[in-house]
Amino acid sequence: MEQTEHYWRWSEKTWQASGLDWRHAAAVTVGIDVGSVSSQAVLLADGRLLAFHSTRTGSSSPDSALRAFKGASEPLGLTLDDVTYAVGTGYGRVNVPFADRTITEIACHARGANYMGGPSIRTILDMGGQDCKVIRCDERGKVLNFIMNDKCAAGTGRGMEVIADALSVPIEDIGRRSFEIDEEPPPVSNVCTVFAKSEATSLLRAGWSVNRVLAAYCSAMAQRVAGLIERMQVEREFFITGGIGKNIGVTRRIERLIGVEAIKLPADSVFDPQIAGALGAALFAHSLYRKAQKEASSAGAPGVAEVAGA
Amino acid sequence: MIANYGYEDGSGFYYITIDGDVCARCSHHACTTACPQGVYVIEMDDYDDLVAVVADGARKRLRELCAVCKGQNGAGGTERKLPCTAACPAGAIRHSW
Repeated sequence: MEQTEHYWRWSEKTWQASGLDWRHAAAVTVGIDVGSVSSQAVLLADGRLLAFHSTRTGSSSPDSALRAFKGASEPLGLTLDDVTYAVGTGYGRVNVPFADRTITEIACHARGANYMGGPSIRTILDMGGQDCKVIRCDERGKVLNFIMNDKCAAGTGRGMEVIADALSVPIEDIGRRSFEIDEEPPPVSNVCTVFAKSEATSLLRAGWSVNRVLAAYCSAMAQRVAGLIERMQVEREFFITGGIGKNIGVTRRIERLIGVEAIKLPADSVFDPQIAGALGAALFAHSLYRKAQKEASSAGAPGVAEVAGA
Repeated sequence: MIANYGYEDGSGFYYITIDGDVCARCSHHACTTACPQGVYVIEMDDYDDLVAVVADGARKRLRELCAVCKGQNGAGGTERKLPCTAACPAGAIRHSW
């Protein structure tokens, strides 16, 4: 029987902090990012990174949200009952059944990038599964300006998955292999996800090597995104989030085109560019929890009028 | 927060820019009634400001939805008086095309 390889299938990732026991925390807050292609859950214990999990989004957003949460929480013995506050974000944010609040992925990516890359981050490029956003933010990770293009999946993670399958190249090897060429080819003329497969096949038929086609496709994707970045005018420091942020074939070519190098996470960093949205959501959840606590404690205290009348 | 709603396709760049900081100071929300296509709605943004946004259903159809007003106003453009931009005296709304 013929076995089908899924070259597009990227590695799901789980991480837990060692030496951090959530049972001693006053609050466990959760951020869930349900994207069109991937879903992530980030758990914080009193605002400190406790665990995260990244998985593929299925046909049901609520199930994907729950799967992402369980992937992060089950190894810790943590259940939904232990969660103090949860924020949902991403394309499927309104379908996160256990979210106390929803916040757009734009605000969450800015906050997550600020946490991962530091307060000097001013421009964020989020290359998601089916859209692309450029966000400008301040030193606290508050959004000042944003632009997105979600009408077309060209130049997004889904497009890269289609190319991986069309060329039978594991998606995580595309970036490296796209540089194993003698000289940079011209970008493919069409980055349309629907036509990507037929264009790749016709280039192979014309005698191009697989690596050359990958280079041409990465280059076209980079050009498309660079146009959006230039409209917003990149301000340093620059940071890339989303799954494509892990594809050096695209990110290095974007850097070349815009003339700005993106901030890289240290090699020993536990962070992953793909969790930026969920991390931002978890940070919002922690802030909202603290705000609610503060409001509750001031409501419990004697009011100004009561004290004055006493 | 300045928000750019819209898209770019093979035919052009179609974005409506709304300056949320300016918009949040307005309580009239006249843009929502001025637009004959219902492009604008008022929503609470992520930072708890009540601002105009381009409705979800309109974001990928701006070229088509705004065509009527732009046609009546000499093919549109930021200098032209469209019902939405005219309804916003603070100048929070701009069109890219």
